Amino acid sequence: MQIDNNQLLRFTTAGSVDDGKSTLIGRLLYDSKSIFEDQLEAIENTSKKKGHEGVDLALFTDGLRDEREQGITIDVAYRYFTTPKRKFIIADTPGHIQYTRNMITGASTANAAIILVDARHGVIEQTKRHAFIASLLQIPHIIVCINKMDLVEFKEEAYDKIIAQFEEFSSKLLVRDVRFIPISALLGDNVVKRSENMEWYQGAPLLHTLETMHISSDINKVDARFPVQTVLRPQSEEHRDYRGYAGRISSGIFRKGDEITVMPSGFTSKIKSIDTFEEEVNEAYAPMSVSITLEDDIDISRGDMIVRTKNKPESSQDLEVMLCWLNNEAAKPRTKYVVRHTSNEQMAMVKEIIYKIDINTLGRSSEDREMEMNDICKVKLRTTKPLLFDSYRENRMTGSLILIDPATNQTVAAGMIV
Amino acid sequence: MSKYYLNYLDELESEAIYVLREVWAQFDNPVILFSGGKDSIVVTHLAKKAFYPAKIPFALMHVDTGHNFPETIKFRDDLIESLGVRLIVGSVQESIDQGRVAEEKGKNATRNALQITTLLDAIEDNKVDCAIGGGRRDEEKARAKERFFSHRDDFGQWDPKNQRPELWNLFNGKHFEGEHFRAFPISNWTEMDVWNYINRENIQIPSLYFAHERKVVWRSNSWIPYSEFLQLEEDEEVVTKKIRFRTLGDITITGGIESEADTVSKIAQEVSAMRQTERGNRSDDKRSETAMEDRKRQGYF
Repeated sequence: MQIDNNQLLRFTTAGSVDDGKSTLIGRLLYDSKSIFEDQLEAIENTSKKKGHEGVDLALFTDGLRDEREQGITIDVAYRYFTTPKRKFIIADTPGHIQYTRNMITGASTANAAIILVDARHGVIEQTKRHAFIASLLQIPHIIVCINKMDLVEFKEEAYDKIIAQFEEFSSKLLVRDVRFIPISALLGDNVVKRSENMEWYQGAPLLHTLETMHISSDINKVDARFPVQTVLRPQSEEHRDYRGYAGRISSGIFRKGDEITVMPSGFTSKIKSIDTFEEEVNEAYAPMSVSITLEDDIDISRGDMIVRTKNKPESSQDLEVMLCWLNNEAAKPRTKYVVRHTSNEQMAMVKEIIYKIDINTLGRSSEDREMEMNDICKVKLRTTKPLLFDSYRENRMTGSLILIDPATNQTVAAGMIV
Repeated sequence: MSKYYLNYLDELESEAIYVLREVWAQFDNPVILFSGGKDSIVVTHLAKKAFYPAKIPFALMHVDTGHNFPETIKFRDDLIESLGVRLIVGSVQESIDQGRVAEEKGKNATRNALQITTLLDAIEDNKVDCAIGGGRRDEEKARAKERFFSHRDDFGQWDPKNQRPELWNLFNGKHFEGEHFRAFPISNWTEMDVWNYINRENIQIPSLYFAHERKVVWRSNSWIPYSEFLQLEEDEEVVTKKIRFRTLGDITITGGIESEADTVSKIAQEVSAMRQTERGNRSDDKRSETAMEDRKRQGYF
């Protein structure tokens, strides 16, 4: 079973039915033979009922009853497929502006984003919005799929024009890796198989691109950060004195013998052992879940962070954060919210809205001080105790936070520390 | 030179362990919902790893329909003993006796839907604030939208349109008195991943998953095991076949497939060549297009 040695790639697809997003996902699943007979049969029946010719691949992504009835995607849906080279998780998110929050949710854990552009319409506001969110969430790889090439006679000019449009506005965004692929999701050109209709395109089809892109550097392996989730104390005969700090390494690499500092207390010690269920290991790296024991007896609990003494995160009560509001109840001024950041939790208040981003023009407004659902604002946040963080750009795990309204327990905002 | 990235099974394992530890840290009284099926067995195995060298710090809860495979109950009791954890049983038969639910009637009657009441009663009676399940997003279209931490209101109901957004690895398990959560550590696993993992970890599973001879009846395109709970139709015939089960549920609704696979690696090979989803043999999901969504809304697993 050679697949066992392979990596997991998470990608998000943003777009609406009109862009052919559902058809593209259906095509990827269908051509990679990830669709089962009973699913296919159900789709064939529905296609017939709806009077479609042939199988409507878009129906594979239909989910909840309301979505099927209205023909739209409301929530993030996760789908899975595997090829001999990699395992894939698709976070399928709705593209419409009112679902920005779902797009952000799907983007938060993605290695790659697929942005669909209709070859006939070129770069539109929605494209810009999707690219902006991908850059805001620091998705490491962006693949722009120029779809419906069959409707522009597979012409290279249409493709070139869209690349030029995209380059023009994306030069302002912070994106590291952008690729362009001309496809026809409906006919299958350049999705799994190389297109015979576009000899002029020398690059790889979409699936091959996803299978081969370099993703092992997507996680920060430089800054060692270990937020403590819980403390393991078996108190059994066999492990009487065992005191292990359990957690998932957020970033970086820890080794046995490393000199560490426990934040926020500042106590220092050395790593005595790094344990997993199977064995003690000499080193462990993100995103491994392990248990760490230390040479010295220090008071450590959930919410603390173990870091290497020579490389510490920032510590502050005053943060500048890009905040996306997720709740249908607007932000209340001077209200205390619960902030969750790594395994740490405390209270926080939005002190000031610095500016709001107009998500369609990407312009900034300092006049508008309301923060409503789907709004993205740069804010000043003050917490009751210092937060131990890195900038989101450096470290997605220690640079991200959520706000919870204690009155409703709802998750109301997602933040990226600047 | 060592590598500094995980293969996909290790990454899924690490994610599941993270979720389990997060449940333990955020809730007062979590339980693992244990059905005796492979998914809840894998979750239990992951819990063993997550808290080692300490014991699994929560109880296992089994909703007993009374229509069990005897093999499942034996397997459950052996596992409980070896782990040294507490078992909580919610009994559908008791719910029926107490008049909380009424038995379905007719040929395709099952106790599947009745489990919802028993489960919610058991959660309330035991003051459980988080029930950990083996649900996977690849199983069914309604499950594809499920969160790792999934909120249930004080009626135990799921509101799919009003779920809390779940970003990065920051889970929000805050709840009011009377509400509870469901947590799904293996959300991102597929059936194939589960089998590959069982194979790799050498996890014990009930003998029902392996090919064995059994008395069965052909109904709704699968081999339904013959048992005292099954009402035979006139044209139906009890035959002996070599079969195995892809999923384990109530004995009255779980269909088997003809198979020669008698080891985990043979099963994994068979599954990778399968052309039908595993729930294709579950008559509970065939009742309507949105059968799973409807049951989930009410509080199903």
